[in-house]
Amino acid sequence: MTNTTKGYLDMDLLRFTTAGSVDDGKSTLIGRLLYDSRAIFDDQMEAVEQASAKRGSGEIDLSLLTDGLRAEREQGITIDVAYRYFATPRRKFIIADTPGHIQYTRNMVTGASTANLAIILVDARKGIQEQTNRHAFIASLLGIPHVVFCINKMDLVNYDEATFQRIQKELEDFSSKLEVRDLNFIPISALKGDNVVKRSTNMEWYQGTTLMYLLENIHIAGDLNHIDRRFPVQHVIRPMTTEWHDFRGFAGQIAAGIFRTGETVQVMPSGFQSTIKSIHVGDQAVEEAFAPQSVVMTLSDEIDISRGDMITGPNNLPKASQDVEVMLCWFNEKPLVPGGKYAVRHNSHDARCMVKEVNYKMDINTLRKNTEDRSIGMNDIGRVLLRTTEPLYFDLYSRNRNTGSLILIDEGTNETVAAGMIV
Amino acid sequence: MTSAHSYRLTHLKELESESIHILREVASQFENPVLLFSGGKDSIVCFHLARKAFYPAKVPFPLLHVDTGHNFDEAIAFRDALVEKHGAKLLVGSVQESIDTGRVQEETGFYASRNKLQTVTLLDSLEKFKVDCAIGGGRRDEEKARAKERVFSHRDEFGQWDPKNQRPELWNIYNGRKKPGEHFRAFPISNWTEMDVWQYILLEQIEIPSLYFSHEREVFLRDGVIYANSPFMKLKSDEKPFMKRVRFRTVGDMSCTGAVDSPASTLEEIIEEVASTRTTERGSRMDDKRSEAAMEDRKKQGYF
Repeated sequence: MTNTTKGYLDMDLLRFTTAGSVDDGKSTLIGRLLYDSRAIFDDQMEAVEQASAKRGSGEIDLSLLTDGLRAEREQGITIDVAYRYFATPRRKFIIADTPGHIQYTRNMVTGASTANLAIILVDARKGIQEQTNRHAFIASLLGIPHVVFCINKMDLVNYDEATFQRIQKELEDFSSKLEVRDLNFIPISALKGDNVVKRSTNMEWYQGTTLMYLLENIHIAGDLNHIDRRFPVQHVIRPMTTEWHDFRGFAGQIAAGIFRTGETVQVMPSGFQSTIKSIHVGDQAVEEAFAPQSVVMTLSDEIDISRGDMITGPNNLPKASQDVEVMLCWFNEKPLVPGGKYAVRHNSHDARCMVKEVNYKMDINTLRKNTEDRSIGMNDIGRVLLRTTEPLYFDLYSRNRNTGSLILIDEGTNETVAAGMIV
Repeated sequence: MTSAHSYRLTHLKELESESIHILREVASQFENPVLLFSGGKDSIVCFHLARKAFYPAKVPFPLLHVDTGHNFDEAIAFRDALVEKHGAKLLVGSVQESIDTGRVQEETGFYASRNKLQTVTLLDSLEKFKVDCAIGGGRRDEEKARAKERVFSHRDEFGQWDPKNQRPELWNIYNGRKKPGEHFRAFPISNWTEMDVWQYILLEQIEIPSLYFSHEREVFLRDGVIYANSPFMKLKSDEKPFMKRVRFRTVGDMSCTGAVDSPASTLEEIIEEVASTRTTERGSRMDDKRSEAAMEDRKKQGYF
């Protein structure tokens, strides 16, 4: 086995999100991470150089690498979520690069939904801005376990320690109102490269790690819930061949917990109990499996199970209710209709729901709850009570991002109109 | 490759798990999906993942090959052997037929390619076979317009992609609801990179066409790109075919797929080469060089 392969097969995956605009230096930062990890190829760089020259901008505009749509390049802004990939010998990274402006809150929410870590850029000259609060709030709302505040453009404040500490203090005060487990602060200059990949010699007072070191080493194995056993059934596998005549397997991706053969499980909604007869990953039979593995399970008893059901641990059941309270982020130009009916999808479970009540709308810049104006339009976030046509089997989003999340679908247009985090 | 004690997945196993989840969602949410199969490594990996996703049952959807007629013989032989070995069902949409029936017009000149014509054949085939979801091996790292595409990507009744009006896609929830006449494209390996695909092929010992390995072939040089000499390409007067050891990084239509000068003849050597290379795999694709937004424009019309 070659060295490239040996290391490669032992890497884990870190998904992180960045939010911001060109002014924050976000594109410069991503460009630097990609370039220094050799994830930008010569032909891509050449294309960016050519496109930059065509636009008459003196410098090479690294945002052209990520802003892939014609409209984005024409307007010079990031509109949609772009996914970028790079790897170092330690880890593989997926960046969900999202726009930072309030009118793209829905894109930030989308990018944040799968992230383990969020990078939030703060301009050292300006300190905390409205959008800093907004990005931190979205990271908290979407349950991102690790947040890294990069205090950027330190070169423009003479690498001043006091400036960094003042901003860090303000961010800590603000973040105490949020639910983020792990906060980190790094003084950087994305443009000059200080503390991004290489340690800065301009800030001897800073004792912490570089951004790249943090990304490579931050502990993420503990981010998944390995306690509550949750297996949403996606698909029933019945080969109906001579060899596998009686095989009925339940396929799905484990949402939380560890499942072992021989253990008792309970099926929702029927409530029947059985034991796990076998677990398969592809054509391999295994003794145990854990989140986020995609597996097939068979049970010892013949129980009626179909898509949308959930196999769970018998002593630790999910909540079951038709009244579901969510923090809802609205995505559609057509605003939420109080009392309106929508299709709801929770894991593989499809149902319908009615919007019973809007408790409040969140001002995501100030974190104030607005009970006067409860209209929820595009990019708004509010606390909403839904009544579903049949019970959902869920956990709180703060406990489990997989079983605590849902989407609403407009039954007329079939568009995904909202995402909900169960509270 | 899982470590039982720490309960963590390696990144390749995590990607595999995600892809299997997506393939099962396709099988559950659509009535008549197909897997677009070109004989290239990405579609081969997709088929391998599909076999894992539904084991011990057979893959519950057929393969659809959009045949430009300008194939590498090796790719077609490989396709037929794979179908035979796994008892898969193969559907073929023929660009030649689209030309013969006047649906499209053959390009002429030195840069003539059937690549663009494929779109019409693809859309016609999807209609003919009543396909409601076409699974493709597209990856977001390939090209900047692809980087923006959803895993479940909606197509209107004309087969068009509207990049500015895509459905938000959160967590692992995929919304495949649609109106009659519309369809979806699904991309189970969206989050894989070229290196991931190669390492996975090695890890799982997946068979791929011999074209990917270094071999002696008659080629010619055009605009700095090495092309296989074939009856499908018209040589300019100053272009002289010669023999060379080459391999292909992508396997597509012969008229737009460039070869690389490479001695790599094993998977391990290919991986070393990919690790040290400084150009993207699409860098040798003439179809992407037509303009800055070439891919976005083709995709809007219904291209893969």
